[in-house]
Amino acid sequence: MAALLEINRLTMRFSATEVVHDLSLAIEERTTLGLVGESGSGKSVTALAITRLLDHRAQMTGAIRYAGQDLLSLDSEAMRRLRGKEIAMVFQEPMTALNPVMPIGEQIAEAVRVHHPEQSRKAVRDAVIEAMHAVALPEPARRYNDYPHQFSGGQRQRILIAMAIVNRPRLLIADEPTTALDVTVQRQILELLADLKERFGLTMLFISHDLAVVSQVSDRVAVMRRGLLLEEASRAAIFRTPMHAYTRALLGAAPTMETPLDSPLATLDFRGDDARIPLREMADGHWARVAETV
Amino acid sequence: MSFSGWGLVYRSQWNREKTEGAFISIVDSQGNSRYETLNYLQMHYFLRQQLKTQPLAALGLCLIGTFLLAGAFAPWISPSNPSAIDLPHRLAAPSAMHWLGADELGRDIFSRLIYGARLSLTVAFSVVACSLVLGTTIGGIAGLYGGVLDMMLNVLVMNAFLSLPGILLAISFVAFLGPGLINLILALSIGGWVGYARLVRAQVLAVREREFVEAARALGASDLRIFFRHILPNIVQPLIVQSAIGMAGAVLAEATLSFLGLGVPPPTPSWGAMLNDARSHLFDAPHLVIFPALAVMFCVLAFNFIGDALRDYLDPRTRMSVGL
Ligand SMILES: Nc1ncnc2c1ncn2[C@@H]1O[C@H](COP(=O)(O)OP(=O)(O)O)[C@@H](O)[C@H]1O
Ligand SMILES: [Mg+2]
Repeated sequence: MAALLEINRLTMRFSATEVVHDLSLAIEERTTLGLVGESGSGKSVTALAITRLLDHRAQMTGAIRYAGQDLLSLDSEAMRRLRGKEIAMVFQEPMTALNPVMPIGEQIAEAVRVHHPEQSRKAVRDAVIEAMHAVALPEPARRYNDYPHQFSGGQRQRILIAMAIVNRPRLLIADEPTTALDVTVQRQILELLADLKERFGLTMLFISHDLAVVSQVSDRVAVMRRGLLLEEASRAAIFRTPMHAYTRALLGAAPTMETPLDSPLATLDFRGDDARIPLREMADGHWARVAETV
Repeated sequence: MSFSGWGLVYRSQWNREKTEGAFISIVDSQGNSRYETLNYLQMHYFLRQQLKTQPLAALGLCLIGTFLLAGAFAPWISPSNPSAIDLPHRLAAPSAMHWLGADELGRDIFSRLIYGARLSLTVAFSVVACSLVLGTTIGGIAGLYGGVLDMMLNVLVMNAFLSLPGILLAISFVAFLGPGLINLILALSIGGWVGYARLVRAQVLAVREREFVEAARALGASDLRIFFRHILPNIVQPLIVQSAIGMAGAVLAEATLSFLGLGVPPPTPSWGAMLNDARSHLFDAPHLVIFPALAVMFCVLAFNFIGDALRDYLDPRTRMSVGL
């Protein structure tokens, strides 16, 4: 299978600080890559780099290849036409990612109108209502003109997802789509994303700081820390044979039934200067940044 | 807790079948703002309460309503032709025939005031509209693109205009191009747009960092679309306040220019020109001065009352950041 998205030796810096270092990733068509890492590890900036939403702020080197074209060298108008049509994004904060003064139906319709200005009002409305159905928003036709504050957090996240899928994109980037939600709603949203992925044949980059969440939707998992890719492998391999000490720390950080009640909460106590250790294929399709002796 | 905004101004859903009346934003004591939906009845209650607690705003609205009606229906309302000269009645005191008296050519002052309202409001609305368009465009470009462009527009252009008194700019413009309605409007807009540009720039700088703007960009929206569809609706509240206060300024400026003979040429009645004509009769026929002066005063006050009341609804933090 060919990779739909291929990030090749991407390095990003904001003036002097390097936030992503020599990152290479590939996502095969119709699969989900989960990107995990603690906060500040450079997950969001990677997502924004793919859609080139950081153009004027960050310097980037390397290549990002999407369906055969290099996104970093694409002119900005061509890039704009890919955004929201081929490559869509779901943001973390459903409270702030929606415009408070625009009815939600209109906001979803924006995605259609931007890319298909020729469509009639009715066609746009139909597409929006269909997308609202697809994300299981109750009573789409009646709630078309409601404002974001009239919805719950989970429903707002569904609205954001509807905005992302209304144009049937090929690649969906979900940046911590469930972090702001409580656990039950989180599960519903994850199920929705898995369902949409099947139905629309989406390729997905799923970003989260929570390895447990990532494991529920991903085929492959990449672990990042401080701008460095530490390990990348299939979901099964990450869980069964984690190679990097940091991955193991992540896996061990969640308390289990066996954890004594009075033991202190596990913290990620991990130090290490990994940039000098190269990323190597330790087993078939299992890459890790570990010293040879391990 | 205080009411801080009024979503009802734009995109409100006023029909009765839907229970949605409008939404307002509320700022609590911690300074957090949230949106609340009001239904139709609550909306009426809210407005009535506001009018009760803001009697000046109610007064302002009534006055402006009166001026607007007078201006719009001037030919039907005014008891006589505002330009009809009637020398036997020159400087006549108020009477049943001339309710507010007659001027030095015997023209009916009441009729002239009504036509003057038409001119004042036409000029004020046009000036505010022109300034708003120009200011929003320039301020929007500066705020949206930032960087060197912003530097040039903000530091060089806006500050240069701000350092010149608007009325002097207007006077020199009219003196250069000659009097007339269009020139008058242009002259006043030339000094007027800067305030709106600064306001829009500051607001755009704040709004463009909000996540929904990034979300709109991620949808593939162009800069133009982001500005008009996503940013502008979020900054109309302070713009409306500024416009209301700008109307007061425009009425006063129009009267000033007309007083100096740089307004719309006679015989078009204008409050400022009436004041000028009446100068020499300040003592023998004071009603020639008093009534046009009262008209200017009430009109300016009314717009200021409305602007102040609107401003009081705004989030105090916005008010500070906007510098109103
Ligand atoms: N616009 C920006 N300007 C400067 N630094 C930034 C910017 N955005 C992110 N960073 C920095 O880049 C690093 C990675 O951030 P981010 O990708 O948001 O992390 P996360 O993995 O939590 O999503 C952080 O150290 C952050 O401070
Ligand atoms: Mg992030």
